[in-house]
Amino acid sequence: MASTNRDSLGNTFLIAVALCLVCSVVVSSLAVMLKPIQQENKILDQKKNILRAAGMLAADSVVGPEGESVDELFSEFTVRAVNLDTGEYVDDAVDVASYDPIKAAGSPSQSVSLGTEEDIATLRRRENISLVYLKTGPTGLEKLVIPVRGYGLWGTLYGYLALDSDLNTITGLGFYNHKETPGLGGEVDNGNWKAAWRGVRLFDENGKPAVRLVKQRSPASSVAASYEVDALSGATFTTRGVQNLVNFWAGEGGFGPYIERLKINGLARG
Amino acid sequence: MATQKEVLIDPIFNNNPIALQVLGICSALAVTINMATTLVMCAAVIFVCTLSNLAVSLVRNHVPTNIRIIVQMTIISSLVIVVDQVLQAVAYDISKSLSVFVGLIITNCIVMGRAEAFAMQNGPWLSALDGFGNALGYSVILIGVALIREPLGSGTLLGYEIIPTIANGGWYLPNGLLLLAPSAFFIIGLFIWAIRAWKTEQVEEAEYEIAPNTQYERAL
Repeated sequence: MASTNRDSLGNTFLIAVALCLVCSVVVSSLAVMLKPIQQENKILDQKKNILRAAGMLAADSVVGPEGESVDELFSEFTVRAVNLDTGEYVDDAVDVASYDPIKAAGSPSQSVSLGTEEDIATLRRRENISLVYLKTGPTGLEKLVIPVRGYGLWGTLYGYLALDSDLNTITGLGFYNHKETPGLGGEVDNGNWKAAWRGVRLFDENGKPAVRLVKQRSPASSVAASYEVDALSGATFTTRGVQNLVNFWAGEGGFGPYIERLKINGLARG
Repeated sequence: MATQKEVLIDPIFNNNPIALQVLGICSALAVTINMATTLVMCAAVIFVCTLSNLAVSLVRNHVPTNIRIIVQMTIISSLVIVVDQVLQAVAYDISKSLSVFVGLIITNCIVMGRAEAFAMQNGPWLSALDGFGNALGYSVILIGVALIREPLGSGTLLGYEIIPTIANGGWYLPNGLLLLAPSAFFIIGLFIWAIRAWKTEQVEEAEYEIAPNTQYERAL
C-alpha cells in the first residue's frame, strides 16, 4: 500500500510541499502573533538601558527608586534627532519614534564612510543622523544621554553615555550589547566599574574629549585624575575599545558639534 | 522491544547523550555559565526534542527515505523557531543572553540523532518518551555543569550571591577559568569519569593493546 509508492517522485514532491506548507504556516502565524509583544520588549529594553546609563534605574531593578514604572521614568526624557555633522536638530528629517541610527549606519545613503585616521572606534561607517535623549527640569537641561558604540575585542559594544547638565561630567556609561569575554572584558557590566565613571570629566580645556582608562591613576589632586578611569585588568583590548568609543562619540566625528552648539545656544536651538 | 520506562529513564544515566554518546557538547559549553540560561536552554531542548520525535514518528511511514533527513530537519527547525519567538516575547532578557544558542538547537546532534535513530522506527508515544528522556539526560548534565560553574565562577547561583566575592566585599576570588568555555570540557570529562566509575559497563574497550617492549632484549 502506502509503502510501495512511498519513494516515488510524485510522493516525494507531495510530502515535501505539504511539510513546507504546514511548517511555514505554523512558524509565520506565530511570528506575526508575537511580533507586537517582541517589539514592546525591545523598546522597553532600550528605555531601561537609557535610564540605567543616566543612573535613574538600578542595574537589576525594573522599577524606579519610588516604584515608578520604566515608562513613567522615561517620559521625563525628550528624544530628538541630531545631524551629527552640523550638530543641528533635524526632527523633521526622521521619525524619532522608529528611527534606528545603527540601521542607518549600514545604509550608504544615510551614513558616511570614516577614514582610518578618525575612525578610532573601528566603526567603518557612521550614520548622518543620530538620536539624543534629553532630560529637562525647571532649571533647564539636567541630563543628556547619547548612544555610543565601538569595537572591543570580539565585537562591537553598544551602549549609552550620560552627561550631567554641565555637558562635561559623565554620570554614567552602560552597555546593553557586547561580546566581550565573561569575567574579563565582560566586566564592563560590573556595577562597581560602571560606578567609577560617575563624575569623570569628558572634555579637556581645549574642548577635546580626553577620557583615559589607565592602569595607574594619577594623584587624586591632579587635573589628569579627573579624566581617568581604572582600566579593567586582563582586558586590554576591551579597555582600549571603551576609551576609544567614548572619545570618538564625544569628539568631532560624533556628537562633538552638537554638544558644542548645545553649550553655546542652549536647549532650544541645540 | 524497549519498555516505556527504559526508554524514559535509560538516557539519564545508562545511556546519557552527553556522557556516553558525547553529543550536544557545543551548547553544553556555551550556556552553562549561569543557571538561569541553563534552565531555559534545558526547557527549550526538552520541548523541541519531545515534539520533534513525536512529529517525526507520526509521519515516519509516509516520508520518502531519500528526503527523510530534510523532513526531520524542517520539523526540528520549525519547532526551534517557535521556541525562539516565544522566548523573545516572554523572556526577553534571557533570550538575549542565550542569543544564537537557541537557534543552534537545530544542529544539536541529540535532537537530530533521536529523530533519525529512534522516532523513524517507533510509534509516536514511545518516541515522545524517548525524546523527553534524552532531553532530560542532556539537562541533568547541563544543570550539573552550571551548578559548578556559576558558584565558583561568579559566586552566585540563579543570580543570588552564595559565596561573597572580593569585588562585593567578601573573601572569595572567583575562578575566571570557570567562566570560559574550556572549563565545561573539564567538568563534563569529570562527570564522564564519575559515571563510568559507577557504571563500569560504560567503559569502552581499548581499541588497541600496547605490545610489550621486546627491543631491548635484541640489543643485549
